[in-house]
Amino acid sequence: MGFEHYLSLFIKSIFIENLALSFFLGMCTFLAVSKDVKTALGLGLAVVVIQTITVPANNLLLNYLLKPGALSWIGQGEADLTFLGLISYIGVIAAMVQILEMALDRYFPPLYNALGIFLPLITVNCAILGGTLFMVERDYNFPESCVFGFGSGVGWAMAIAALAGVREKMKYSDVPDGLKGLGITFITVGLMALAFMSFTGIKL
Amino acid sequence: MADQKTKEVLLNPLFNENPITLQVLGICSALAVTTRLDKTLAMCVAVVFVVAFSNAIVSAIRHQIPTSIRIIVQMTVIASLVIFVDQILAAFWFEVSKEMSVFVGLIITNCIVMGRAEAFAMKHDPQASFLDGIGNGLGYCLILLIVGFLRELFGSGKLFGIDVMRPVTEGGWYVPNGLMLLPPSAFFIIGLTIWAIRTWRPEQVGRS
Repeated sequence: MGFEHYLSLFIKSIFIENLALSFFLGMCTFLAVSKDVKTALGLGLAVVVIQTITVPANNLLLNYLLKPGALSWIGQGEADLTFLGLISYIGVIAAMVQILEMALDRYFPPLYNALGIFLPLITVNCAILGGTLFMVERDYNFPESCVFGFGSGVGWAMAIAALAGVREKMKYSDVPDGLKGLGITFITVGLMALAFMSFTGIKL
Repeated sequence: MADQKTKEVLLNPLFNENPITLQVLGICSALAVTTRLDKTLAMCVAVVFVVAFSNAIVSAIRHQIPTSIRIIVQMTVIASLVIFVDQILAAFWFEVSKEMSVFVGLIITNCIVMGRAEAFAMKHDPQASFLDGIGNGLGYCLILLIVGFLRELFGSGKLFGIDVMRPVTEGGWYVPNGLMLLPPSAFFIIGLTIWAIRTWRPEQVGRS
């Protein structure tokens, strides 16, 4: 479990298991906020930050509160609270988003203004909850969950920035009437996902 | 008159205001479960249940919810319902729940649920909200079932796991189209479905 293990997990979470393009997570915002590159990058940055904080935070929550036997430090060794998982993860995410919003507003107003409406929207972004749920399902330990959180956030940000770039150029192309807007966007995302498929099969 | 309105609330989301093709809601947790029809159907039932009841509950307590914390309150209602569904699935259909893995949990962040609670349930009475939830859930199911049907039929020559077109590997004639089982095909199918719907109903063009 040396450095190489973490590096390959990082690369894997960005390219091979890209949250947006191979698991379809965060699609609503992915399609709605990818009209120009600048806003897409802002949103991507916010996702990276939140993802890097919430995945490890939920990992701690899981290991010290929810898992069977996790409560042995207060003498409740046999308690199994895993059924409360979903509601506590979403609580942590909502709280983290709120805290980050207040902190940014206080200390980094330019960034806060740049992110604007996207910060609160992140609470209902499935990529964030999805990242946490994958962490739970794959049983990552604390350092692994830090790396996975950061990597998957970067992967998502990259995907949305790329899509926004493609859509900016698409303004100049002649799209059939019924396909304009949403339809062609879906097909573009399909083609991008196809390109990302070429990373599968790489063993790290 | 009242009947007319009920019908409208229930049927509008199916074609005229379909949550997926027009409102761009709830695509997130949906696409990954459409490789097989049985998984798709389980997802549909779960979503209809959650949307209908979350709408009804949110609408029933809408006068008690302070506006500033309404998102958290809605979240809590939705999360509790999803936990309920998740536990039921795990108890009675363990195989299906295992295969759907994280996507049951992701119903919480499915924008349809939040979107309808915020846009409809906060302003209407519980009965209408319940019907609106069912209607939107069904509209979502419709697209999901179309995608699931095409993907399973062409991807593995089966429907609900039963051979329809016998694949070459088992001595039949059909060469399965592997692309249909991979993620990108879902995007293509939805893109083309949107195209079809908008050609049929041109007034929906460009409103996305």
